[in-house]
Amino acid sequence: MSDPVNFIAEWLKSLMANIGLPTGVVVVIITLIGIVVMATFLLVMDIGLVWFERKMVARFQDRLGPNRVGPFGLIQPIADIIKLLIKEDIMPQGADKFIFNIAPIFALATVLLLWAVIPFAPTILGSDINVAVLYIVAIGAVGTLGIIMAGWASNNKYALLGAFRTVAQMVAYEVPIVIALLVPVILARSMGMQAIVEAQSPWYIFVIPLAAFILFVASIAEIGRTPFDINEAESEIVAGYHIEYTGMKFGLFYAGELLHALTVSAIIATLFLGGWRGPFVDQVPILGVFYLFLKSFLIYYVIMWVRYSFPRIRIDQMLGFSWKFLTPLALILLIVVAILSKVLEGVSPPIFALAMLAANLIIIGVTVTVLRVYARVERKRVGEERPLAVVPDPELQQLIQQE
Amino acid sequence: MTVLHVIFLVTAVVTLGAAVMVVTARNLIHSALWLILSLFGVAVIYGLLSAAFFAVVQVVIYIGAIAILMIFAIMLTRRVKQDVGSIVNKGWWLAGLLALVLFTALVWLFSTWSGFRTPLPELATDVDTIKVLGAALVSPSHYVLPFEVASVLLLAALIGAVVVAWERKS
Repeated sequence: MSDPVNFIAEWLKSLMANIGLPTGVVVVIITLIGIVVMATFLLVMDIGLVWFERKMVARFQDRLGPNRVGPFGLIQPIADIIKLLIKEDIMPQGADKFIFNIAPIFALATVLLLWAVIPFAPTILGSDINVAVLYIVAIGAVGTLGIIMAGWASNNKYALLGAFRTVAQMVAYEVPIVIALLVPVILARSMGMQAIVEAQSPWYIFVIPLAAFILFVASIAEIGRTPFDINEAESEIVAGYHIEYTGMKFGLFYAGELLHALTVSAIIATLFLGGWRGPFVDQVPILGVFYLFLKSFLIYYVIMWVRYSFPRIRIDQMLGFSWKFLTPLALILLIVVAILSKVLEGVSPPIFALAMLAANLIIIGVTVTVLRVYARVERKRVGEERPLAVVPDPELQQLIQQE
Repeated sequence: MTVLHVIFLVTAVVTLGAAVMVVTARNLIHSALWLILSLFGVAVIYGLLSAAFFAVVQVVIYIGAIAILMIFAIMLTRRVKQDVGSIVNKGWWLAGLLALVLFTALVWLFSTWSGFRTPLPELATDVDTIKVLGAALVSPSHYVLPFEVASVLLLAALIGAVVVAWERKS
């Protein structure tokens, strides 16, 4: 009874084997059922996320949020969905119909695909492939395609600009993400998510906090949330890539965006907060699902906290932040961790963890010092008096005097 | 015929069909999207061969980097949709004949190879293929030289790109 998911799966398998289906077909059917159940679970939770997000942003902005429909406004998202479903579906003139229609499906489906490798509990897991970390990177790259398709097919300049910005953003932030993902892989000696979770004692956030920080910041950029949401900056390009979308097509983008934030939180929770690890998980595996989502929502909350606290940054600042700060920092961290983990091979785990933590803290300290010096120089440069009108050339000055 | 056969046949048909569409589609963006589908089919075939690493790398590099770069370049060019005229030129039958001859020759060449008719050996499930691949890439008895040469080449390309894009302050 402690593991209902696998119990039901085994029961269905024996049921189908009894009516005489070949093993290969049974496996395919069970896998399909698993995919449908997982996708449905996530999409239903997505409805809850809408409520959670709106309620939280209201609190950050000193409002009450939805509180009219149902207790605490819990039925509000259902009302929103009904509204989205009955809205008129508008196809812009000159749009590329087919691409325009599949783009929102693409945007949501790629987010759902990421959940295939996230372990929910010791026994509940979509697929324990040995390249799970790389798979996350790959699906992230494909996800951008949906946004590009939407931006291009809309036949709208704002949408196209939003798509361009997305590509620049994705190319820039993919690099620190990949490097930061490599750090837990080095420590766990595996790219499988389940192996990384099992290797985490203590949790990796206490061993390599800097990698967690880099992944967190770069992930916020990857999902395009404030302060990195220049691809849908309202004040500049109206709504970005989904400007022409109405009704449920827009709803799919919206759902995909919210779910992407939770997915990224789940990935960070799995890689750095121990995933499903928690008390009594060994006896009752289903508890792992609860722990995973508890940790994911904690990170989701922090993402929202960042989102509603910081203003949007400019595109040059954003790209500069990735290439000039996050990427070099991640590279330094990767080299230090790789060397340390080879040098310290064989020492007892607590000493290993402490040494790693110390190395991380030293890198953080040096980085903060460098940043402080840089900020001082920059402040001086910005603070310098700049006269409004100067004649640049001495020759020109003479000319003016002659006049 | 097992489930794997069915998946392989479907994937092969989709991959080849998409490849044909790449060269026949009128719209450049459509061509690029068909190309992505075709590349994805190749990734699925890698997956069917239990080469999970290559499947994922195929998606990361070919779809995530190259195809998106292509789409980006196409989107920056104007008049994408106004391409009219015949898509084949006078020598199309010659090219088709050459392709056919080459294909037949390759198939014939492969059919003489002893590994052509042997069924796929079952991979040992307890071996971590990634670890074996990683060790082979840096071991002197295997591929360390090509690996290092490739990385030096990529580094040179990286530096070259920086030099080309460098804004000289004069």
